[in-house]
Amino acid sequence: MSLKVDLTHRFPDFELHAAFEVPPGLTAICGPSGAGKTTLINALAGTITPHAGHIEINHRVLFSASEHINVPTERRRVGYIFQDARLFPHLTVRQNLKAGRWFRKLPTEPHQLDPIIGLLGLEHLLDRRPAKLSGGEKQRVAIGRALLSEPEFILADEPLSSLDLARKLEILPYFERLRDEMKIPILYVSHQSEEIERLATTRLTLNGGQLTEQR
Amino acid sequence: MSDWLSPEEIEAVLLSLRVAMWSTLASLPFGIWIAWLLARKDFFGKQIVNGLVHLPLILPPVVTGYLLLILFGTQGPIGSFLQQFGIVFAFSWTGAVLAAAVMAFPLMVRAIRLSIESADHRLEDAAKTLGASNSQRFFMITLPLAMPGVVTGSILAFAKSLGEFGATITFVSNIPGETRTVPSAIYSFMQVPGGEESAMRLVILAIALSMLALILSEWLAKRVSHVVEGR
Repeated sequence: MSLKVDLTHRFPDFELHAAFEVPPGLTAICGPSGAGKTTLINALAGTITPHAGHIEINHRVLFSASEHINVPTERRRVGYIFQDARLFPHLTVRQNLKAGRWFRKLPTEPHQLDPIIGLLGLEHLLDRRPAKLSGGEKQRVAIGRALLSEPEFILADEPLSSLDLARKLEILPYFERLRDEMKIPILYVSHQSEEIERLATTRLTLNGGQLTEQR
Repeated sequence: MSDWLSPEEIEAVLLSLRVAMWSTLASLPFGIWIAWLLARKDFFGKQIVNGLVHLPLILPPVVTGYLLLILFGTQGPIGSFLQQFGIVFAFSWTGAVLAAAVMAFPLMVRAIRLSIESADHRLEDAAKTLGASNSQRFFMITLPLAMPGVVTGSILAFAKSLGEFGATITFVSNIPGETRTVPSAIYSFMQVPGGEESAMRLVILAIALSMLALILSEWLAKRVSHVVEGR
């Protein structure tokens, strides 16, 4: 289980170049604003097309400039956890959690849902609508929704940055469990050093579009 | 109602309701599709499509009716083609439906388009990462979020269809029981001596129906957006 990345993307005044391999566990992507973190995440999700390079997950090619392969986002099996949760307001928490399974035509039996619902402590929220959830609860549902779509890797773009300290402390343990219990690579963008210290098993540092550190 | 309205007047009211219902139902799928195209897609000729949709709002209705007659009349290119399949618009109530639908279309598209534009497109991106195809995104995310606009647009189109006069009378004339809707009936009653009372009754009815539609659409749009947002 690993994610192999080697890509180049050029902007008029900026070039992102990153080559790395991510094992299962939580890989923090750090670096100052404008270092190319979001561009990298978006290229992996398939919302932007890099100018050159190669991306593969578990030997399945998602993008290859030389072979003209570019798997669209909806078929990449990526779990994307957004900064702002982005739950579907017209659906209940339960329906939000099932959404990815409906889209991918996966079964939605209780025994498939319950472990994740338990992992994230969502049992008592299932019949509520997103408008009635706190910021931390929303983000937990968003994590559950991404996990239940059975992704092969997870992208989290500063998932805690819109939460206050108390909510951050509420969510952090869930990311730890995610890291330890799900055997898939998690790429986690953040510039909070405490978060990174606590969560990261691997660390990538981007600076001016270049990978400056990997450990 | 029969004590208050004469059989002729009742006939006009029922015909108007039937025309408005079919005009709204038949144009709704196209209205949603065009509104979605205009709200979410960039394509060559978008401004032309936008202009064509809005043209009936600006053109004198008699011009729209005349163009419909040229295109959909029995001698017209589209009319003569459809006639082979037994579909006739000329001087028939179905023609009144077509005229009403064309005239109400800008109102419908406008309301739905605004609603789609105000639905957060980032939710569609989120659905994409969860594996949603284009049609799944449209039917499970975009359309439910745009429901307030679909409801408002439909009610406004229905009300506009009830009252359409200029294009209808030009295209399908003013045939009692076939194309004589409420506005045409009012017009006819005003042309005959002693028809003032009938005209006045239908005028009052038309005002009441229009007010009701406006109030209902406001109220329903609020209700529906409450339901959609889950507040």
